This record gives sequence, C-alpha cells and structure tokens, in this order.
Amino acid sequence: MARNVNFDLSHPLMEAGLESPVDEEVVHDSFHQLIAEQSRNDGLSDAFELQRLQRDLEEEERQDDVPYLSSPGHEFRGNRPGRRDVEWYDGERHVDPIIGERWSSATLKVLSSMPSRTIGRSRGAIISQYYNRTMQLRRRRQSRPSIRDFSHSARPSIRGYGMEVDGTDAEGTEVSKRERLVNNLQNLSASDRVRMLRAMPLSVAEKSELRRLALQKEKRTITGSKIPCCSRLKYYIIIAFRQSWYSWLSFMHSLQLWQVALKRVSGRFGTGVLSYFLFLKTLLFFNVFLFLVTGSFLVLPQAVHPPELAAKRPSFSGLELLTGAGYFSDTVMYYGYYSNYTLQSCRDNVSMPNGTSMGCASKQNSYNMPLAYFFTIGVSFFITSCQSRFGQSFRIDKSHSILAVKVFCSWDFKVIKRTSVKLMSENICTQLREVNHKDANNTACQKLWRLMIHGLAWVICIGSTIGCVLGIYYFSDYMHKSIYEGLQKKTTTLLDEARLLALPVLVSLINLLLPGLFNLAAWMEDYDSPSVCAYVAIARNLMLKVSVLGVLCNHWLLNVTADSKLTCWESFVGQELYRFLLMEFIFTLLDTLFGELLWRLFSERVLKRRRKPVFDIARNVLELIYGQTLACIKPSTTCGPFRELKTMFQAGKRWVEELEKDNPNLSLLARAHSYLVENPFFLFVGAGIFLIVIYFHYQVVDGQRKIINLLQEQIENEGEDKKFLITRLQSIHEQKRTPARRLTSQDSGC
Amino acid sequence: MRKTIKTPEVPMDRILTLPELKSNPFRKRICHVFSTSEHKDGSLTFEDFLDLLSAFSDSATLEIKSHYAFRIFDFDDDGTLDGGDLEKLVNCLTGETDDTRLTAEEMRQLISNILEESDIDKDGTVNLSEFQHVISRSPDFVSSFKIVL
Repeated sequence: MARNVNFDLSHPLMEAGLESPVDEEVVHDSFHQLIAEQSRNDGLSDAFELQRLQRDLEEEERQDDVPYLSSPGHEFRGNRPGRRDVEWYDGERHVDPIIGERWSSATLKVLSSMPSRTIGRSRGAIISQYYNRTMQLRRRRQSRPSIRDFSHSARPSIRGYGMEVDGTDAEGTEVSKRERLVNNLQNLSASDRVRMLRAMPLSVAEKSELRRLALQKEKRTITGSKIPCCSRLKYYIIIAFRQSWYSWLSFMHSLQLWQVALKRVSGRFGTGVLSYFLFLKTLLFFNVFLFLVTGSFLVLPQAVHPPELAAKRPSFSGLELLTGAGYFSDTVMYYGYYSNYTLQSCRDNVSMPNGTSMGCASKQNSYNMPLAYFFTIGVSFFITSCQSRFGQSFRIDKSHSILAVKVFCSWDFKVIKRTSVKLMSENICTQLREVNHKDANNTACQKLWRLMIHGLAWVICIGSTIGCVLGIYYFSDYMHKSIYEGLQKKTTTLLDEARLLALPVLVSLINLLLPGLFNLAAWMEDYDSPSVCAYVAIARNLMLKVSVLGVLCNHWLLNVTADSKLTCWESFVGQELYRFLLMEFIFTLLDTLFGELLWRLFSERVLKRRRKPVFDIARNVLELIYGQTLACIKPSTTCGPFRELKTMFQAGKRWVEELEKDNPNLSLLARAHSYLVENPFFLFVGAGIFLIVIYFHYQVVDGQRKIINLLQEQIENEGEDKKFLITRLQSIHEQKRTPARRLTSQDSGC
Repeated sequence: MRKTIKTPEVPMDRILTLPELKSNPFRKRICHVFSTSEHKDGSLTFEDFLDLLSAFSDSATLEIKSHYAFRIFDFDDDGTLDGGDLEKLVNCLTGETDDTRLTAEEMRQLISNILEESDIDKDGTVNLSEFQHVISRSPDFVSSFKIVL
C-alpha cells in the first residue's frame, strides 16, 4: 500500500524525523534522549521546531572541539584522540569515507529512526515487520482467481487477492498496526498462525495477547458456519492425536533421564562434549528399540518353537560368557539357529523341517520365519537411516565470513564454571588472532621445519597403522588354523576355547594404545588452532578403525566363509563379533578405571601437577560408531532362515508364489509383484526418474545462487542511495544553518 | 489517579547470583535487554524472567534467538552494531585478563575484517538483517545460545 511520501524538507515532521512507520513504544533506555524526544514530538509547530534547531545550534557551537560522532549516542569513541578517528574506516578498501563525517543532531535523528535500525530495538517495528510478513504469507497461500471475476475499479496489484473484502485493510481507516496484524493472523491457517506467533521476538505476555485476540475473532466467525460432520470428526481425531503426542513428550521429559549429569557436563565442557553424550543417549534408546523389535518378532517365536537339534550340545562352562561359543552356539543368539520354514503351532506339536507344511490340519497361528527376519532387519535399517539428518546447514552462497561467524556465534552460553569460561575465552582469543593473521610472516626456513615435523608425524601414524594391520592379518591367519585344529578334536579343552579370545584381545589392545601414539604425535606437531588439531586426530583415528575393520571383514569373508569345514559360518562370525564387542567393553572399563586413575596419581604425586581429566572426543566417538557396526547378511546353503535360497528377496518371492497357489484370485498381485521386483525395465525407469529429479533440483539451486548474487549487488546499491540521501540531507541542513548562524551573530553583535 | 499495583521486581544483583549467569560475560546486557522496568536498572519481573528463559530455551526459533542475540550485543542500544559495539563484544569474548586482550592494532584490523565480511550495504554498521544473515551460516548457533536451568 503506497503511502504518500513527503520529500518536502521544510516540512516540520520531516525535520524531526518522524516519518517512520513505527509505534514508538520503546523498551530500552540508552539513546533514550533522542528516542524520547521523537515519541514526544507529535504535532510540532513551526515555531517550536525553530526553537529546537536554535538549541541544537548552540549546543553544537559549544562543542566545537568534540570529535565527530559516526553514529548516535557514541560517547565511547568520543574519548579517543581526534584525527585518528577520521581514518578509522578510510583508505583500506572501498569503504566510503563519508561515514566519518560530522552529522548534525537532526540528521542523527533521521538516521536513528530508519526502519533498518528501529527493527533492532523497538517493539512497534517488530509488529510492523510481522504485519508485512503475515500479509506476504496470506498472499502466497491464496490462489489467485481469474482477473475477469473482478471489477475494473480494483487495483491491479491486489486484484484477486481478496483484499478488497477485507474491511480493516482499506486505506484511510484509522486502525493501528497491531489490529491489522491480529486480523492477518486470524486469516491464516492454524498451523501458519502458530508458526508465526512462535517466531515473533516479542514478550510472552504480548504474544499471548495477540493469540487471544486472533482466536477470539475466529470463534466469532466459526460459530456462524456449519461444519460438516465428517470433517469435524477428522478435526477431533487430529486434536486427540496432537494431545496424546504432547503428553507423551512431556512424560518423556519428566523422566529426566540423566538431566542433572548432562547439565554438569555441559557446564564444565561445553556444547561439543554434550553432543557426544546426547549421541550416546540416542544410540542407547535406538538399541533398546531394536532389542524390543527383534526380541518380540524374532526371538520369542523361535524360542517358543525350538527346532530339532542336530548334534549334542556341549555342557555349560563359565567360559561361554566370554567366548560366546560352546553352549551358546546353538541358541537364539546366532543366525544359524533360526528356522527357514513357517512355524506352526499345531495341537500335536509337530513341525516339519522342509519347505512345505504338512501334518497340520488347521492353518492357524502360522509364522513365516524367513519373511519375519527379512522385514524386521529391513525396517531396522530403514529406521537407522532415518535417524541421520543431513544438510540443515547446507549453504549455497559463498561462505567466506568465517571471522564474523566466529565472533557472533562462538560463545557457548551453556558453560557455567568459571575456569571453563576462562578457557573458552582464551580459545576464542587464539582463534581470532589466528584468523586475523592469516598470512603470518614465517621465514622459509621455519616453514620447511614445520613441514618436516608434520611429515614425520604423519609417517609415524601411517606406519604404525600399517604395521598393526599387517600384524592382525597374519595373526588372524595363524589363529584360524590353530582354532581349526582344536575344533577337529573330539573333545574341546578349555585352552582351545580360550584361544578364540586371542584375536579380540589383540585388536582391543591396538585400539587402546594406538590413539595414545597419535596424541603424542599431535603434541609433537604443536598445532595452532584446536579445530585443525581435532580434525587431524579424527582423521587418524578413523583411518585406524577403518583399516582394522577392513582387515577383519576380509578375514571373515575370505577365510571363514570359504572354509568348507565350518557348517554354519554366520554363527561363527556372530560369535566373533560378540567376542570383539565384549573385549572392547572390558578393555575400556579397565582403561577408565585403572589407566586414568593411575595416571592421575602419578601426575599428582610424581610430577606434582593438578591435571583435570580431558575428554578425548575424537577417540570416543569413533569407538561408539565402531561398536555399532552391523554385519551384512549373505545367505548360506546350510544354516539360517535363508538356507536354500540364492538371495533374501527370494523369500518374498516364494511367499507370493505360495499365496498364488492357495488363492488363484491373487494371481494379479503375484504377477504385479514379479514384474516390479524382477523386471529390469521398471528399475531403469525408476532410476531415470530419480536422476531427472536430481537434475531439476540442481538447476533450481544454481538459479538461486545467481539470484543471491544479484540481490547482494542490489543491497549495495541501496546502501549507496542511502548514503547519498543522508549527505544531501546534511548539506541542506548546513545551508539552512548558516543563514541562521549569521542571524544570531548579527543579533549578538548588536 | 489510582496507582496500579506493580509486580515485584528482582534487582539485577540478585539475578546475577544465578549460577547460569554468574560467570557469563554478557550477564549485565542480558538483564538490561529483558528488563521492562521504568528505572532501567536491569531488574526483572517474573514475566521478564519467563521471557529470558523462553528466548534461551530449546524451543525458541532461530529468528527469536538471533533477534535477542543482536539486542544483547548492541551495547549502546541504537539498533545497529557499529565499531564500538563490536569492540566491546570482542573484549567480552576474550576475557578480562591482560594477556587475552587484543592489542589496539589487532582490534582495529579485526573490526574492519568483520565489517567487510558482514556489512552488505556498506554503511559501516551491522544492522539486524545483516546480523541474521551471518548467524544463518552457523549451524551451532542455536545449540550454543541456550541456557537451561
């Protein structure tokens, strides 16, 4: 809505700088003189304005020596010696030297009431801004009707947006911005309204008042209309769902699991370390969920209907808890135990081990084990992948404002302890200094020396990793052979069982000791910035873990699966994983309890240093991920729920075939299923559509990047316009002032 | 005229004894920003305190947090962050001890670098929109601008 902008500079309102759309109910006080004057100056008369100008003149003449003010209320910089300030922003880049000029207080008033500045300090400006935003949102949400439905008298720009019928929006009515905002809020949908209200940076009292007014108006309009019964039912169902979801969330929150402990961690160490513990908590809940799902869908049915045991089961000895073999090998713990047929619960308790189901009169309570296994694991994988969230911070514009981001965003408000606050301040100081002096003047000799140190450290790390990997490789080969010889014997001794533990112990030792070596290397290198140090540590630890996992997987896939003597390799690999996890856990416990304790005692007594425990986040995060790695499933011919099938998908196919056999009406479904899953044509079409969608999105992102560049140029041009107008205003003031000055000097002279 | 009953205000010194605010270098600015008292002394009523917690809570949007962060960093309350505001901000960040303070030359260079990066309309100050533009580039801002009681 175009307002009549008054460019007449002699107009008193213009002089006083009151031409601004804000409601001057200001919340703050500093700079209050000018703002208070502005809010008091409603309806000036010319005489008063002249008086004020006279007063300003006299004030300025009194303060002839005071250094200029580059922005209002800036007494801080007024204390610095004069000339230096003028060059504050000069000369270095294209920053305009006009900024340093001496403004009159009238110009300062105009500057202070500019909308871009009032939005940062006054409530009325916020209401105004949100009024504009809700108006834009309303326009976007309304689909534009065809233009011939509207009379010619309607303004073209708002024709079709339904704005004419909106009585309160009509120009000329004396309605405050606040009421207009309430009106807009009322016309938005409920979810939009909630989102808008939540995003407003106003006080809670103000927001609840706005909400009350918006809902009040809505109630009045709704009671009149009739809502059909089915949508009212839908409405009630949605409300019920939302209430139950909120009560579930508040229940989870009221449990306060580890809240005090997490608060202490964040108070001492900051947000980064807190995120590690939140990750740990998420993993814990996720594992509990997985446990419940697999337990109820896989373990329970199988435990209730145990298959026939082929060989005699060895008796229970205590070593099983560590090795996971022996008594545990033919139990629900491992993949090989699960049946590949449909479990039936028949009256006579007989279940046939072949693919068909015979011997049961009724088909009730049948449970297709392979399918259940497939779907459970599939759903778990799917939910795992949903947990990861990418790209919320993906920016498409050029990102070279590292320093500004560091200054504005690096303070962590969660840190409470005084010593941690001091540490954080020191870190920030170091980082700021480092980013500021990007081109440090190092001599060539110093640079070469640093390069050599870095190279040496990397050589040590990579060399030790390769050495350990080769060691694991040869050791695993040797152990595999000796374990085999042990298994071939009729009776297995305790020593043979214990030999299974050798490889896990070695891997855990390597995982414990090598990160310490990496830390030593990093200490030798002496990095300047802690972030680079953390990244390098993470990279080295990751390299170690990935290579260890790689060589272990290689060992399992090549040696163990190819070994014809093992009847069911999946169970063996499962046992190996169990052993590895357990050993890792035991070693971590021992390290935490004894390692840290002993080191602390040593450093306190011998070295006489008080050392607080330091949290090595790189190492711990990777250990978590390492522990969480799941093994992939490949069907084998002799054991597990997918025996006698080539791939897992054939389980589904077989099920559909059975369905078709039983009920010929479903043959259409069976044929559709076989086409979709097997025919490569549909796969190609699907992949093609996917690629087209990706290309489309890429083009959209590219276009947005170009728009951002254009807008940035436009903002710079607007800034130039603003400077031009301000300087013109100032020069006009100067012109008006000089005749007045001549007037007063003449008066005083007489 | 009948005097309206005032809600009780807690003076700023009492508020600053909270463990969450005691060591925070921005504690006085936080009190001043959220205070609606007429005496402008940083004292908070219960509603003001609720506003404070709401702005620093988990569920406040980026919009709200960046708005209040801007007001906290605007030391002279003129609606923009000019050179003086930035200098005070950096001094608060780096601490009060002498060895962590930046020298005048470093400060000057730092401030001009910041303004070059974030002042889009080149008026020598960072206004709210420019500030929000810088904040939107940092993924950690929302999680670090939090105070939990």
